Amino acid sequence: MSQYYTSTDHFVLIPALMLALFGCAVLLFDFLIFPHPKQRKWLIVFLIIGEIFTGAGLWRQQSFLSSYGLNELTAFNGTLTIDGFALFFNWLFVLLSVLVAIVSYRYLEIENEHHGEYYGLILLAQCGMFFMATGTDLITLFLGLELTALSFYVMVGFLRTQKRSNEAAMKYLLLGAFSSGLLVYGFSLFYGLSGSTKIVDVADALAAREPGDPLVVLAMAAVAVGVLFKVSAAPFHMWAPDAYEGAPTTITAFLATGSKAASFAFLMRIFLGPLESARPTWEPLLIGAAVLSLFIGNIAAVTQTNVKRLLAYSSISHAGYILLGLIAGNETGLIGVAVYVAVYAFMTLGAFLVLVALRRRDLIGEDIEDLAGLMESSPGYAVLMLIFMLSLAGIPPTAGFIGKYYILLALIQTGHYTLAVIAAVFVAVAIYYYFRIVRAMFVSERKETAPLASTFGIKVALAVSGVLTLGIGIYPDPFLRMAGFSLIR
Amino acid sequence: MVSAILFYLFALMILGGAVLMVTRRNAVHAALWLVVTLLGVAGVFLLRSAEFLFVVQIMLYIGGVVLLILFVIMLVNLDAEARQPRFHRQWLLALACAVVVGAEIVYVLLSGLEAFRLAPAVTAVQTGGSTERLADVLFSEYLLPFEIASILLLVAIVGSVVMAKKRI
Amino acid sequence: MAGVPLAWYLILSAILFALGIAGFLFRRNLITMFMSIELMLNAVNLSFVAFSYKFGRVDGQIFTFFVMVVAAAEAAVGLAIILAVFRTRKTLAVDEIDSLKY
Repeated sequence: MSQYYTSTDHFVLIPALMLALFGCAVLLFDFLIFPHPKQRKWLIVFLIIGEIFTGAGLWRQQSFLSSYGLNELTAFNGTLTIDGFALFFNWLFVLLSVLVAIVSYRYLEIENEHHGEYYGLILLAQCGMFFMATGTDLITLFLGLELTALSFYVMVGFLRTQKRSNEAAMKYLLLGAFSSGLLVYGFSLFYGLSGSTKIVDVADALAAREPGDPLVVLAMAAVAVGVLFKVSAAPFHMWAPDAYEGAPTTITAFLATGSKAASFAFLMRIFLGPLESARPTWEPLLIGAAVLSLFIGNIAAVTQTNVKRLLAYSSISHAGYILLGLIAGNETGLIGVAVYVAVYAFMTLGAFLVLVALRRRDLIGEDIEDLAGLMESSPGYAVLMLIFMLSLAGIPPTAGFIGKYYILLALIQTGHYTLAVIAAVFVAVAIYYYFRIVRAMFVSERKETAPLASTFGIKVALAVSGVLTLGIGIYPDPFLRMAGFSLIR
Repeated sequence: MVSAILFYLFALMILGGAVLMVTRRNAVHAALWLVVTLLGVAGVFLLRSAEFLFVVQIMLYIGGVVLLILFVIMLVNLDAEARQPRFHRQWLLALACAVVVGAEIVYVLLSGLEAFRLAPAVTAVQTGGSTERLADVLFSEYLLPFEIASILLLVAIVGSVVMAKKRI
Repeated sequence: MAGVPLAWYLILSAILFALGIAGFLFRRNLITMFMSIELMLNAVNLSFVAFSYKFGRVDGQIFTFFVMVVAAAEAAVGLAIILAVFRTRKTLAVDEIDSLKY
């Protein structure tokens, strides 16, 4: 204990260091080196370089783990743990950040709010996500969560002159801060029950308590409500539709994928760590939240006319499916959570990116009617959107099917037949509203004459998410192998 | 004996301040009652030998956060606000909800009080709560969270400038 | 240790926490809702410090310190957002801020 920053610590921390370093550098370069608005594209290039360094750090960690046959590598006295789980989620964050950054240029130009801080905040938010997926100490997890959340509060309100955007930021912030309060109250009880902030110690202390101990239940309930807010599971979902609708569409894409994936990583760290022994007490709670999410998400989505809002409700229902994987809790279920989170991220990102492409100077492009006749005007986008919608509905041969297959399989393996049936029934409801979008694109009369003005970035990002969504569905083996590696051991 | 009297005094400040903060119509009054609560909390920190936190509470919370809140109340004109109903229409429901939550927490805490003990793996080596010990542990064992907190504050600075400044 | 037992500190913290929740749920002014969240965080800090004293370890105080940092950061960003909201619509009553509805 004499040395506090060992080479192992450094090795584990490198990705976060790179993200923080490049995040700060982007903030500085914005006015020092690239002061002219036309030069902002260099900030994107710079962000990508930062992500390459981050990826290199992750790659070295991954090859270190596999070459020594290690399951995990802990640093900072057990504060950070690099394992397959952390690596899987961090790879996902790297990919999502890059894709979001490259589509943002034209969108922010149109909205007239193009500032370098945007790219800095993306990197710093991702730094927080790193700690959410990697932290194994309550303080680190909490700070990572708050770092991510604070960056997102600002990014959601980035269109400062628009009522919708700052209203969304305000609602998100108030409910986010409220849920953090609940969460951290639960953490204080964890601390009271164990005298430590390390997840391992808390897990041991809670496992020593008898099942159904009221104090454990109280701590669990406070933490669970806080976390369910963050993953926007019903009945704690009310911020999500507003935040998703009001935020700049590029940030909605990042919020719905990156932030959600990080929140699920956080949830898994807590529920499979300290709370693993309290499974009988949290299982009914999560089953309730999951079924309610499926119900509210799918039913409310049916009547929406705004596509962003519709996708927000659909993302609430997907949170329900992911929770079902955790409830099943066997190996298939836990791999299913990782698979579903990643697949969900790719297809949801793709769907939001099509909306980004639809945004033109004179058209907001968020209503279902704005998609009318898209097949006629820009068939490429329409076909991609069709793929994303099929995947969101869970129809083979798309990635969404693989995700749902894993969750349903896990539920059947563990004997949760009723839940499996409920999950399957809501797939049918979901098909109805996803096909409203498809019908608008393919059947409705074309109203908008202006062609879709796209950029290289949007095309690349759409191609990547389209290829991933379709590719994972058709040839899932390499992806499933990666996800299998992500099991918390 | 003295510490018990001080505790009840501080508890009265905390709860009285909180109740009045929640119920006052005028936002400035609410903020001032918040100061009373925060001072009471600072006093409890002192009773529990957390001297450093006592100072931080006064400087950061009362000197920083409440001042910021008062600034914003000044900047946004709340006169119109004061004439409007101060509670939600469903305030009774909300109150019942909060009372149930509070009663439940108190009940559970009382029923399992002896459970709050150190886990076998954790030892109470860090005796005392002096500021020096705090610094030792903060800058050794909790070095990483400290660094994360610095990034967090950077985001807060950048974020509040982005949100509040008219032209960036 | 003579004097006030741990239980009283925890009950004080629980009541303060409930008051914070109550304030958040039934006030309709943004700034007051915000102050209620500060009450909740202070309740959390109280219980951390009480536990920390009982265990004779300083981790609880350190957690409190970080909660305070987070609260300050949240306050800065939150109040900036409240300013931005006020600038575009001149009211801070939550039920009048409703351009995002179905």
